[in-house]
Amino acid sequence: MKNLYLIAYLDLKESIRAKWFLVYSLVFGGLIALFFIAGVTESQVMGFSGLSRLLLMYIQITIVILPIFILITTVRSISGDRDNHILEYMLSFPISLKQYYWGKIIGRFITVYLPVIFAMIIAVVYGFIKGASIPWNIFFLYTGLLFSLSSAFLGIAFFISSFVKSSEVALGISFFVWIFLLAFIDIALISLMMQQRVNEELIIFIAMINPMELFRVAAISLFDPELTVMGPVAFYILDLMSQSVFVLLSIGYPLLLGLFFAFLGFKIFEKKDLV
Amino acid sequence: MIKVSNLTKKFAQHVSLDNVSCEFNKNESIALMGANGAGKTTLIRSILGYYHPDSGKVSIDGFCPVKERVKVLQNISFVPQLPPPIKLNIQELMQYVCMSTDIDKELIEYYSNEMKLDIKANLYKSFFKLSGGMKQKLLIAISLAKKSSIIIYDEPTANLDPKARDDFYRLLKQNEDEKVLLFVTHRLEEVQGLVNRQIYMDMGKVVADERV
Repeated sequence: MKNLYLIAYLDLKESIRAKWFLVYSLVFGGLIALFFIAGVTESQVMGFSGLSRLLLMYIQITIVILPIFILITTVRSISGDRDNHILEYMLSFPISLKQYYWGKIIGRFITVYLPVIFAMIIAVVYGFIKGASIPWNIFFLYTGLLFSLSSAFLGIAFFISSFVKSSEVALGISFFVWIFLLAFIDIALISLMMQQRVNEELIIFIAMINPMELFRVAAISLFDPELTVMGPVAFYILDLMSQSVFVLLSIGYPLLLGLFFAFLGFKIFEKKDLV
Repeated sequence: MIKVSNLTKKFAQHVSLDNVSCEFNKNESIALMGANGAGKTTLIRSILGYYHPDSGKVSIDGFCPVKERVKVLQNISFVPQLPPPIKLNIQELMQYVCMSTDIDKELIEYYSNEMKLDIKANLYKSFFKLSGGMKQKLLIAISLAKKSSIIIYDEPTANLDPKARDDFYRLLKQNEDEKVLLFVTHRLEEVQGLVNRQIYMDMGKVVADERV
């Protein structure tokens, strides 16, 4: 176990010193600061005001940028080390592949999750000082959603990293995965729905297995428990399960998806030539 | 100690090692030579357990380096031809080495001093920011501190000045007993005084194996 913690600890230290981590932290911290400066907490749109509105805006932006940030900063962790012969030297020491791979994942998870959650904590503390009421239910839901979304994309990133030969290809695949999950599925599914060629339930099922879609829906479910903004789609979802089961699913499913891809990545890493 | 039996390794259509068999035993210092693409590095990496062979096998003290890498690598020191751009600082790299291999930090410092590398003054410097010579000296110091029974050097003196080379040879002489020393080199004259066996490879095969 000590080697697992050692790898995680050293990866964390190395990442924190990296320039990408500074940019990454500034983006999320800056978003919160920008919202406060812009007076988002004082505005009222669609009934949301104060910190709730700020957190809602934060989560809407996070859903777009967090996956791509995680993918591009993580996808090169193993393929990059393989590319520049770091893996060749580091793995000449008696460390098992399991310890190396999972240690890297733990270290990288802490690195990508901390700034995101820290930005939310800053918002809550600042709001508290300004005397705003703290929407704890939203805060905890978002903490859980961000945790599971980070896991999903970290798992996918390590999966990609385990089989690509060069970091350029890894980056290309990351962009494709991100844009595919973010937009193409939406566009493709909407056009299928409009053509009425496929059963609607199947289309909604396909949309819901996309962790980004699930995150989107779960993020608004606390403000709008009936999911009225989603129109008829809400009927299918809430007919199938209660709102609380849906929230649990939206946290549990991406988490399991991330673990699944991370495990698949490990199997490939174990079976392939290391350098 | 190291037994390579009928080892074949292919990369797509290219055969990098073609049915290679050889043994390396205690108290042998071997110069592994050959033109670029002869298969030297592939052989070294197979011994280190980085490659899954297409056929044949490698065994080190009876263990397979792929399946039992932790046991095998406990006894192998390796210095690559070009020091990799590791972003850890020296203190962190030493922590990695010491914790994973159970070696004394003082021993690394001792061999670093012997190689004329002031490790304490550079402790918080990133490894990749050191000069080529300093990186090589540190990797050599780590390889000696590990007290392994098998030491593999891939062109170890490429970045060293003549004085540092002398220090390196002196330290190796002091540490060669009961060990297998394997040098991958293009310049036999540099390790001639150290080796007692020369192996030539070409097109993925061992074409000559001479004891000197």
